[in-house]
Amino acid sequence: MTEQQNLPAHQAASPPPFVPGSFLKEVMDATPGDSRLQMCIQCGTCGGSCPSAADMDHTPRQIFAMIRADMREAVLRSNTPWYCVSCYYCTVRCPQEVHITDVMYTLKRMAIREKLYDDSTAPDFSQTFIGYIENFGRSFEFGLATRHNLRHRPLQLPSMVPFGLGMLTKGRMDLTPQRIEKIEQLQAILNRAIELEAT
Amino acid sequence: MNKYLFYPGCSLQRTARPYMDSLLAIREMIGLELEEIEDWNCCGATEYVAVHHVAAYALVGRNLALAARQVNGTHTVMAACSACYLNLAKTDSYMRQDAHLAQQVNTALDAGGLHYTPGTVKVRHLLDIIVNDLGIEAVRAKVVRPLKGLRVAPYYGCMIARPDRDNRWDNVEHPLALDRLLKALGAEVIDFPMKTHCCGGHMTQINQASAYELIRRLIHGAAEYHADIMVTLCPMCQLNLDAYQAEMNRYFRTDYHVPIIYFTQLMGLAFGLEAEALGLGKEFVDPRPALSRIGIELPAAEPETVTVGEQPRRKKKDSGLPMPRMPGSKEADE
Repeated sequence: MTEQQNLPAHQAASPPPFVPGSFLKEVMDATPGDSRLQMCIQCGTCGGSCPSAADMDHTPRQIFAMIRADMREAVLRSNTPWYCVSCYYCTVRCPQEVHITDVMYTLKRMAIREKLYDDSTAPDFSQTFIGYIENFGRSFEFGLATRHNLRHRPLQLPSMVPFGLGMLTKGRMDLTPQRIEKIEQLQAILNRAIELEAT
Repeated sequence: MNKYLFYPGCSLQRTARPYMDSLLAIREMIGLELEEIEDWNCCGATEYVAVHHVAAYALVGRNLALAARQVNGTHTVMAACSACYLNLAKTDSYMRQDAHLAQQVNTALDAGGLHYTPGTVKVRHLLDIIVNDLGIEAVRAKVVRPLKGLRVAPYYGCMIARPDRDNRWDNVEHPLALDRLLKALGAEVIDFPMKTHCCGGHMTQINQASAYELIRRLIHGAAEYHADIMVTLCPMCQLNLDAYQAEMNRYFRTDYHVPIIYFTQLMGLAFGLEAEALGLGKEFVDPRPALSRIGIELPAAEPETVTVGEQPRRKKKDSGLPMPRMPGSKEADE
């Protein structure tokens, strides 16, 4: 059953017309499915439900107002999407059923593509993580933790020794990554997909 | 026996190995037959989709395509990790809804000789399968050591219950499946109001102050309810609440001691299985005091005195921290 079929009649009504070329349309087009972002009524349920709202430059509600106001660079420079922890509380509570978490992912992708972020910690973490997937087909916690922390938090490394040693001695972390058998097949798929994204 | 295609995911290979071990230990007792998806790859967690759009769905699409090729008597894919479950379910659901995305994913899959028709497999979580397919009664029937007197906080985390586009759960904020299951094991299940709050996810690596606050809220919540132990079904939740609890205590100058283990481990204990077979003893926060209170004595964990200098076959003296090794390198082949 699709969610459209579950919607009350007033919500299933056709969306307001777009201003061609607007940032709102750009964000919606880059989000899978129907994000329903144009339906936001600025109620603030999202920010009120968000466990990270206190750390965000702008609450999700503010970000959505800024998207509508075509404040492209301010939106993409905001730390808001990077503090989204993907808990989906906002998404399930939104009275307009906006796919808020997926919109946050879209904003992260746009910010990375245009290098519009002030703090590189989170974007680098994502990129280091996916680097291991692209090389091995599996995630590699030990390499990720070491590389990421050496680069971004070298002074905190000593405090992480008990954690690292604990994970290793308890057999919960590997020193070497696992590689899938058909890594070339996966790489071919990902490369084709990335080509498609560029078009 | 109910048969399912099994997507283990990266965490169950290592950081959540006890989850895997306990699942394998109890599977026959509850009539669960698992066929692993061959040569599956990482689901991308919450990171791939933060960088790429089509590639993130193609990454998961490969797993769905491989699973579809193995469909034989069953077309249900089971994941035990919440993030894997969500990514697999979300990809199938978005490919069903968004014809353009489905076409792009299949164009990409074609480069690897694969294809996935959305809807071919059904993606479900282990908990859903145990509670709704195998049934609470089948679980209750296997209990030989009821967990009477053990106060358990059922902790679901975020991604199993939300966004739930396929309507698998009774409630997206206060689901009851795990509560019911734990009650069948004889445990005293607290009505945990934070059962689907966030564990911090990857924030431990991004901003520790934010991560520790989210961890503190959960641990504090469980302690306020006098829970002896927390039980989860998500590798990320277990890792954050267990491995970072000491750091969180240091950060806030608190002294919480709330062990957190997997629900499959507690099932195994109630079924009378041995602790080792269930991967118990690999926690950072020791669950033995809590379990011994109800008469379940686990063997003492191996001493944790890791004296780096005394390890045999050690060549470099100056490397205080173990470093990652790539396959094929000399060290890795030793």
